[in-house]
Amino acid sequence: MSKNVDEALVRHIGVLARVELTDPEVESHAAQLGAILEYFDKLNELPTDGVEPMVHAMELSNVLADDTPEPSLTSEQALQNAPARDGDYFKVPKVIGESQ
Amino acid sequence: MSAITDLSAAELAAAIAAGRAGAEEAAKAYLAVIEQREGQIGAFNEVLADRALDEARAIDRRRAAGEPLGPLAGVPVAIKDNLCTAYGRTTCSSRMLENFQAPYTATAVGKLQDAGAVIIGKTNMDEFAMGSSTENSGFGPTRNPWDVSRVPGGSSGGSAAAVAAGMCPAALGSDTGGSIRQPAALCGVVGLKPTYGRVSRYGLVAYGSSLDQIGPLTHDVTDCALLTRVIAGYDRADSTSIPQDVPDYLAAIEKPIAGLRVGLPKEFFSQALDSEIRQAVLAAGEAIKAAGARIVEVSLPTSRVDSDGDGKLSSFAVACYYIVASAEASSNLARYDGVHYGYRTPAKVDDIVDLYCRSRAEGLGAEVKRRIMLGAYTLSSGYYDAYYLKALKVRRLIKNDFDRAFQSCDLLLCPTTPTTAFKLGEKTADPLTMYLADVYTLSVNLAGLPGLSVPAAISAAGLPIGMQLIGPVFSEGRLLQVARAYETATGITRLKPPQ
Repeated sequence: MSKNVDEALVRHIGVLARVELTDPEVESHAAQLGAILEYFDKLNELPTDGVEPMVHAMELSNVLADDTPEPSLTSEQALQNAPARDGDYFKVPKVIGESQ
Repeated sequence: MSAITDLSAAELAAAIAAGRAGAEEAAKAYLAVIEQREGQIGAFNEVLADRALDEARAIDRRRAAGEPLGPLAGVPVAIKDNLCTAYGRTTCSSRMLENFQAPYTATAVGKLQDAGAVIIGKTNMDEFAMGSSTENSGFGPTRNPWDVSRVPGGSSGGSAAAVAAGMCPAALGSDTGGSIRQPAALCGVVGLKPTYGRVSRYGLVAYGSSLDQIGPLTHDVTDCALLTRVIAGYDRADSTSIPQDVPDYLAAIEKPIAGLRVGLPKEFFSQALDSEIRQAVLAAGEAIKAAGARIVEVSLPTSRVDSDGDGKLSSFAVACYYIVASAEASSNLARYDGVHYGYRTPAKVDDIVDLYCRSRAEGLGAEVKRRIMLGAYTLSSGYYDAYYLKALKVRRLIKNDFDRAFQSCDLLLCPTTPTTAFKLGEKTADPLTMYLADVYTLSVNLAGLPGLSVPAAISAAGLPIGMQLIGPVFSEGRLLQVARAYETATGITRLKPPQ
């Protein structure tokens, strides 16, 4: 009925998307993503050889601004929503070290 | 209820400017409606009562001092909660941003404030604007004021319901695949998705950056023209906004429509369409014809809507849209990493990747995760050409169809939605069924065109039916002009749900 999306593939996509998935989520996503991808395959009915891909609605290119410094957010503003901070830095768990 | 809440935005601003009404009086009257209806409707994530009253009093003082007032002076406006405001919170109806306080205000909201509008609250939505019913909100659904067992549409369902329920005369929404027009149709209000680049997206939390546009939801066409004129225009903070003058839409809408050619895209009137909606939109075409326009048949083959035996709809445009939008979403939403802002898992984590994965797993809802995963997959090595690149080519075909149609007509008339408002829970089990609620609107975003939904009729069951007007880029004035002619000819405007 739907495109073959197995649980291993769903787990792989979860890693790409940086989303941890529970076992029931893996199961439901496998069925739903399969159905959606099958629907996407409908596009193969349309011939598109030689058609220029359309990336943007309004085709602007090289929108440049003058190279002059302007005020921007202060460090305090940039950090005001940080879940954890240490002085003027975003704080994260240890990145390098024990693991690997 | 006080009569002040029966005024349109334009009438209220005029009354306040003339001293016939006070801005504080207006704010209090609308806050009283919110107080009365919000428990039933659930349109707001946050009501900014104190701030609104302060702003309103400031308007009254300025008027008393004889200072110039803007075109929206004293008009309460609700703002979809994915538009940043340097006050209150900006949550996108997501647990991920439940406590997020934006450090700046979106350009479109700032323009409303500069015009004197009083920002009355932030409205509920599908999480990160992903959905068509406002059931995907992390904070509970919004209900349709016409029938509280039904959805208001989405993703700007809170904004549409707030206007429909008389909680404010106008609101802002955002539209990536129909998120202004579809809830406008389902709630019986006017909603405009402007041309891509017409309104600055600066301060709009990004979902599908090549598709997103901000626009107004109002009770009538004149108010839609008024708000569009205020929020439109080039903004150097958004490099995709277009440096082009904003026309006087209020003047444009009163012009006669004689000689305009209105195209009916035949593929949008197939068996897939609810028969009552088909009749209502075709009857609207007759009314527009009687007002002096010509009706012609046109074709949009790539946006064709088909129906299988079971009434299930299918469309190339829906497939194209969900590939493009999900791909852009997977990239845009990578910023929610539990580090810079937003939710961070309280769990003990092994390393930084574990922190990302758990924070996102706990902070994002099911539909958002689904689209991020879809996007990550269709952009991944080995699948990019088959899905993403293919969709970009189909996007070109969709745009080419519109370009061809506009060689023989000045604008298009079609339905906004395949059905009237559906029941809560009716489409939540199957994501594809929900995606099809936008089958008539999303081609417009893919092509970057303006689209306007206005009330066309009321169904036998007492639910609003919307019709959609679509034009070439920067034809907002023409769409509003035809909508205004329809409104004038039929008196179908400022609809009020039964209470």
